[in-house]
Amino acid sequence: MRTTVLIIGGGVTGAGLARDLALRGVACVLVDKQDVNAGASGGNHGLLHSGARYVGSDPMAARECREEGDILRRIAPHCIEDTGGLFVAVCGDGESYIADFPGLCAKSGITATSLDVKTARDMEPALSDRLIAAYAVADASVDPFKLSLDNIGQATAHGARFLPWTQVVGFRLDAGRIRAAILRDAATGREYELEVSLVVNAAGAWAGRVAALAGPHVDLVFSKGTLLVTQSRITDRVVNRLRPATDADILVPGGTVSILGTTSVRIPDPDDCRPTIAEVDQIIDEGAAMVPELNSTRYIRAYSGVRPLFGKTSAGSGDRAVSRGFALLDHARDGVENFLTITGGKLTTYRLMAEKAADLVCAKLGVDAPCLTATTVMPPYAGGRWTEPGLAPRRWLKATDPTDSILCECEMVSKSVVDDIVRTMPPQSPGYTLVSIGLRSRIGKGPCQGGFCSIRVTGHLYDTDVVQGDQGLAEIRRFLDERWRGVHPILFDFPLLQAEFQEAVHCGLFGLELVLENGNGKGGE
Amino acid sequence: MTVQSLPRHDVDLMVIGTGLAGMAAAAMAVRRGLSVALAGTSGESVYASGLLDLLAVHPVKDGRLWDDPFAALAALAADEPGHPYARLDRPGIEAAFAAFTAFLGEIGLDYHGHDGKNAMVLTPVGTIKHTYRVPAGMWAADAGIRTTPPALIVDFYGLKGFSSAQIAQTAGVFWPGLAHVRLPFPGGRPAPYPEPMALALESHKTRQELAKALSPHLRGREMVGFPAVLGIYRTRETLAALSELLGTPVFEIPTIPPAVTGLRLKAAFEEAMPERGVVTFFQKLVLGVRAEADGFACDVGWSSAEAQVRARGVILATGRFFGKGLVPHRKGVIEPLFGLPVVQPAARSQWHRDRMFDPAGHPINRAGLMTDDRFRPLWADGQPAFDGLYAVGSILAGHDWTRQKCGAGLALATAYAAVEDFAGRR
Repeated sequence: MRTTVLIIGGGVTGAGLARDLALRGVACVLVDKQDVNAGASGGNHGLLHSGARYVGSDPMAARECREEGDILRRIAPHCIEDTGGLFVAVCGDGESYIADFPGLCAKSGITATSLDVKTARDMEPALSDRLIAAYAVADASVDPFKLSLDNIGQATAHGARFLPWTQVVGFRLDAGRIRAAILRDAATGREYELEVSLVVNAAGAWAGRVAALAGPHVDLVFSKGTLLVTQSRITDRVVNRLRPATDADILVPGGTVSILGTTSVRIPDPDDCRPTIAEVDQIIDEGAAMVPELNSTRYIRAYSGVRPLFGKTSAGSGDRAVSRGFALLDHARDGVENFLTITGGKLTTYRLMAEKAADLVCAKLGVDAPCLTATTVMPPYAGGRWTEPGLAPRRWLKATDPTDSILCECEMVSKSVVDDIVRTMPPQSPGYTLVSIGLRSRIGKGPCQGGFCSIRVTGHLYDTDVVQGDQGLAEIRRFLDERWRGVHPILFDFPLLQAEFQEAVHCGLFGLELVLENGNGKGGE
Repeated sequence: MTVQSLPRHDVDLMVIGTGLAGMAAAAMAVRRGLSVALAGTSGESVYASGLLDLLAVHPVKDGRLWDDPFAALAALAADEPGHPYARLDRPGIEAAFAAFTAFLGEIGLDYHGHDGKNAMVLTPVGTIKHTYRVPAGMWAADAGIRTTPPALIVDFYGLKGFSSAQIAQTAGVFWPGLAHVRLPFPGGRPAPYPEPMALALESHKTRQELAKALSPHLRGREMVGFPAVLGIYRTRETLAALSELLGTPVFEIPTIPPAVTGLRLKAAFEEAMPERGVVTFFQKLVLGVRAEADGFACDVGWSSAEAQVRARGVILATGRFFGKGLVPHRKGVIEPLFGLPVVQPAARSQWHRDRMFDPAGHPINRAGLMTDDRFRPLWADGQPAFDGLYAVGSILAGHDWTRQKCGAGLALATAYAAVEDFAGRR
């Protein structure tokens, strides 16, 4: 196999770069050791920043957010819910930050409209009665999965290829150039070579490891951010705490839920990134100061993303103060001529990052083609649309097909939607099908957290010959283990009842924990 | 309405909870000649698979399966002296199973099993469930798994969460040559859930249509497996008639709960209890209990008290979390009715392990009430909370029923022991 550019990392940066290069006519292959948005791109608020968050700490980032937000609203309006946002302060929040805020916004060209406290609480009745200041800004919520899938969709429509569950395990170098990447299929373990002209390492928090495979050292530290998903939508708008950025100070609505976070915890290993019970308790306690209902509302799950921070090896408390800007490294300076790393950055400015990276790629390849991503509309990609809450039920109700039964009752996802996803997603290795369908839909994201739908969807995959043999057992296990990461820290009150029931079915009745240990068979003495 | 004007009942024993443990306690108390009142939402029993486990796995962390549940029990009692089973002996456990299965037989639900040996049935994901006593409808699966004759697995268009293709392919690992077929449900009515299908199959005409539709698929097939929809109220007749029509043994495979298997238990039980003189409060809760000199005064109702039951003894069979016998708040687990101390991990961070299928199981599942050898719950100082108060079933501390496969046995055997102890004190 060969291609011009290999992009490593299927987060929004890699996906955006694939789209950028494909639109410029540069052939590329995008690989991920897991699937779309497995890292930070899938572990964030889904917040399209107005920029107001950064006016105090990083005016440049603030301006970029504003400009990129406007571009995304033009090219991919279907990925965005233009909710608007509020910045609110409660009793005890620092007066000087509140006083400086409007001026800082103006300096970065960001519109922040002052609201009286009563108006703000009329707009968002869930806000605390201890509110002392409020501003309206142009924040919005964005579906990061749809965004990445649509980038990949347009890239593949222009000739790019996407290979999920494909890990780069080494490079073949010769005379200071990467000649080929050695790829491994995650499920089968099969390894093969992909000949390349240039490699872009967009592996996010894993960029240091990927770079090391070719030699260069990329100095990253890892900051974990944990978020909570509520069962119902608490506010219509994004709500930010009007204070210097700290823990649990943003509440972002997304479809039928709200997302509260985040923490910022230094971790030694990006693979060791899971939400903890201490973080959950801290997020709830902090968030409730702004929106008291967060103390008693029901949570569906928690999740964590890991922010790769570049060039910040000294341990310290200042991770948030580090620019959330990105790093674009040309490893020619490290003696590898055709190797770039792009890491860091924000969801909101992913397109700009991809543009800068693609400019450098084209310069090195001698390709003279302008960037088209800011002006080319990005159409909704068939395989990307089912991440939107409410779409599957709407289609199902409209179609009124009695044979199209609902497989996921929490989020009302029917057989035909699963068929549609299976048809449009790249071929999956055995054991990864259900997880990949979950990434591309709302399946498993409702209150049952996969307990019922894992069984129904797997049954349907057998009925349609997508899954064979006893592969379904591994499918269910992997899916539920993935869901468990998120429910584990919020297992109290009703979610714990749900988890107990799930265990009664999957362990008590099915004995899946035994199958995993002993294989599927008669066992016994 | 004032408390004085509420209907009042005086009984020997108040059973709180209508899961398997509550049902068993009430049935066994009636059998011992006690007057009984029973309250509970009974909703959870529709989640029952109908299978009666005794013990199949020990130690949990090794996932070791046992054919002989009593040998497993001996090992468990030695290794886990805090397990409720460690307070019981084999004759008592066997008597509990015998009494309860006899009761189920009386109300039309036949059970089978091996002497001193676990049975095997198929699950809807194509694995084997090891259990002790098996509803008649699932019993043929045990022989099927052991002798693996050519068999056919059937399912119906529109029935959710049950795929004969999945079962045939997954179980094919240990039962080669399983065929599968999906048929329109006889009569062509859309019936996406097991309950209406099960009701329809109680009619002879529906069964005949089903047999006719199946006949082209039966050549060389010595056994036929169905989703558990072979009747609700007349399972004995439905099973026998279908087996005769097809000319082969048939067996049921449980469907995802809530299922017909649970509904059968609930329906037969709710009919049988009043007939046997039990004062029943189905879909009601015991809202509060006061200890009095000679027993307990229980307020029974839904949102407010609708009746008062005075009982000499109380059996607390309210279950664990799903049954709401224990309530897991963010800061700790409580027992809401009596405020009994709950044995539990020191902090929420120790409730669950990082992986759902961790072989060791989750520590929170061993939380519950401490009791003495007579199953009377204890205060923190080790004294029995009340002389006539017993706790039975999954609310007890020290077991992990989903992993050990001991939920039903625990319910039956502790209910039996508590009833025997209470009856013996008269």
